[in-house]
Amino acid sequence: MGTPTLAVPQSTERPEPRAHGWHGTALIVLCGLALIAGAMLLGQNLSEFYYLTAYVVLQYVALATAWNILGGAAGYVNFGSAGFFAVGAYTTIALGNAFGAPLVLAIPVAGLVAGLLGLVTGYLTLRLRGVFFSIATLALAVVLQTLVVNWSFVGGSRGVYVLRPDPPAFFATYVVFLVVVMLVLATLSLVIARGVERSWIGIGLAALRDDEVAAELAGVPSLRLKLIATVLSGGLMGMAGAPFPYYVTYVDPTSAFSLAIAVNTVAMPLIGGTARWWGPLVGALILATAQQVLTVTISSSANLLIVGLLLVICVVAMPNGVVGLVRYWRRA
Amino acid sequence: MEFSADLFLNAIASGILLGGFYVAVALGVTIAFGMLDIVNIAHPAFIILGAFLAYFSADKLGIDPLLATIPLAAIGLVFGRLFYRAYYACFERRGDESLQGLAFFFGILFIVEIGLVLVFGVDYRTVNLAYLGSSVDIGLVSMPWRLIVPFLGGMIMLAAVQLYMSRTYTGRAIAAVAQDAGALRMVGADPIHAKEVAFGIAIATAIVAGVMLIIIQPVEPSAGREFIGRSFAICVLGGMSSLPGTVLASMILGIAETLTSTFVGPSWSPAVSFGLLLLTLAFRPAGILGR
Repeated sequence: MGTPTLAVPQSTERPEPRAHGWHGTALIVLCGLALIAGAMLLGQNLSEFYYLTAYVVLQYVALATAWNILGGAAGYVNFGSAGFFAVGAYTTIALGNAFGAPLVLAIPVAGLVAGLLGLVTGYLTLRLRGVFFSIATLALAVVLQTLVVNWSFVGGSRGVYVLRPDPPAFFATYVVFLVVVMLVLATLSLVIARGVERSWIGIGLAALRDDEVAAELAGVPSLRLKLIATVLSGGLMGMAGAPFPYYVTYVDPTSAFSLAIAVNTVAMPLIGGTARWWGPLVGALILATAQQVLTVTISSSANLLIVGLLLVICVVAMPNGVVGLVRYWRRA
Repeated sequence: MEFSADLFLNAIASGILLGGFYVAVALGVTIAFGMLDIVNIAHPAFIILGAFLAYFSADKLGIDPLLATIPLAAIGLVFGRLFYRAYYACFERRGDESLQGLAFFFGILFIVEIGLVLVFGVDYRTVNLAYLGSSVDIGLVSMPWRLIVPFLGGMIMLAAVQLYMSRTYTGRAIAAVAQDAGALRMVGADPIHAKEVAFGIAIATAIVAGVMLIIIQPVEPSAGREFIGRSFAICVLGGMSSLPGTVLASMILGIAETLTSTFVGPSWSPAVSFGLLLLTLAFRPAGILGR
């Protein structure tokens, strides 16, 4: 790994910028709206279990898509996604404790705080080889966890209970509301990821990933592009973490900084394929659904073991994920 | 916490002893990450595996873990070489080691950890060695044997690795791989073989570090996570591939951690290594002994 070059050989086949420009974005938004309408209409009839499951799957869609903005486009592996996620969750708790702020307000603030965190981490490490960024993000999660453990205002190591307020108008229960919030966040992540991929940012990042020195010589502003990606990616992960306290109703540092979140967020884009924006979506849908089924049918530790095994098998057997498989079939 | 010379001296002494143990922890990372460019973030998981192997040999087989260290290290050496063979075939030969290789080790970390949970359960495990229960008193300072033995273990391993790398053919080939693998091929030595042996040594040191760990404190399967930051912090702070740098950085970290937990509170000590790592990466990425 002497050079920051990353091997994603199909990168020359990336779509031209602005090829079928807004149709895809409109399609994502329409799908999101349809799902939101469906979720709200079915709220009274469907068992809450399906909503709780859907929430987790959607949370991972948002996280994996957000991770891929930096990880897939630029090839910088963030192992600290649990840190960004927990920053979002604890922003909600801190705002709720201090001002009684509702979730709708907490989400953008969480995005800002986590985005700022991404900016600082990126500024400190992104000038080094990519692997230092990865290690620093691992470190970041532990530093943040230590801070939270010692910060009694948000519960410290004992954790904190969060009461769900009454559901807003037009929502059958608060869980339905949470699922709709997550649908919005997942849609937003997908729209931004697709937008970044097709814009000058995505093209520049792809150039960096393939050969950072050559890209810089060609005039690509590498640090600025990487920082934009880090802020977007971190901010979206923080936003995905913001509703978490209302979902679990009891948050302690171990659950908010869970390594399961970190490993899933890395595994899903890799299994789905990091080269395109829809790779993490596919990976998250497959893996998160499988996990929910396995947790119910076997046990939660077995499900983590299976994620680990799947990740290892996947990077060995299909290094470009589902995206790579699709490309292979198209060409064959 | 009230400051006193007594406490301070004891904290420094146990910091140095802890630093010696951290040499054992970080040695394998310095070899694998610093010299071979293999980002083995599963290294701490292998340390925990070593700790549980020591527990298994003491509790189930009735063998003193210190006696079991040599055979366990030999197993680690063989396993590490096979592991590198597989890693090379799957990633390095394809040139996929960056993103995919990193994710691969992340997955291995999980498999080892959950595997230990499924076999041993989530409880803390410990070994009781009666002859390590006492301590050595020098003036105000009291040094427990259960810290002295890991200190010695780390130092002996470091000396052995240093001797091996400077005196034997393969050892010097490993040191050369760290500098230029292509040049090594030109003088007719096989860089892949050198890396295979070196990775075997790295895993063997992880297993021994695990035996040392369970002598110091009770161990549970996910305990490895806090060693990820520590071991990489030491490696980076020490200047990546430098063995003296590793010792110096381990001592700095050990002392900083014991001072923090003595005078600020134990709940803050995990942040020390990570804070140090972030600061090093930001201000002196070449490490303290780097140019």
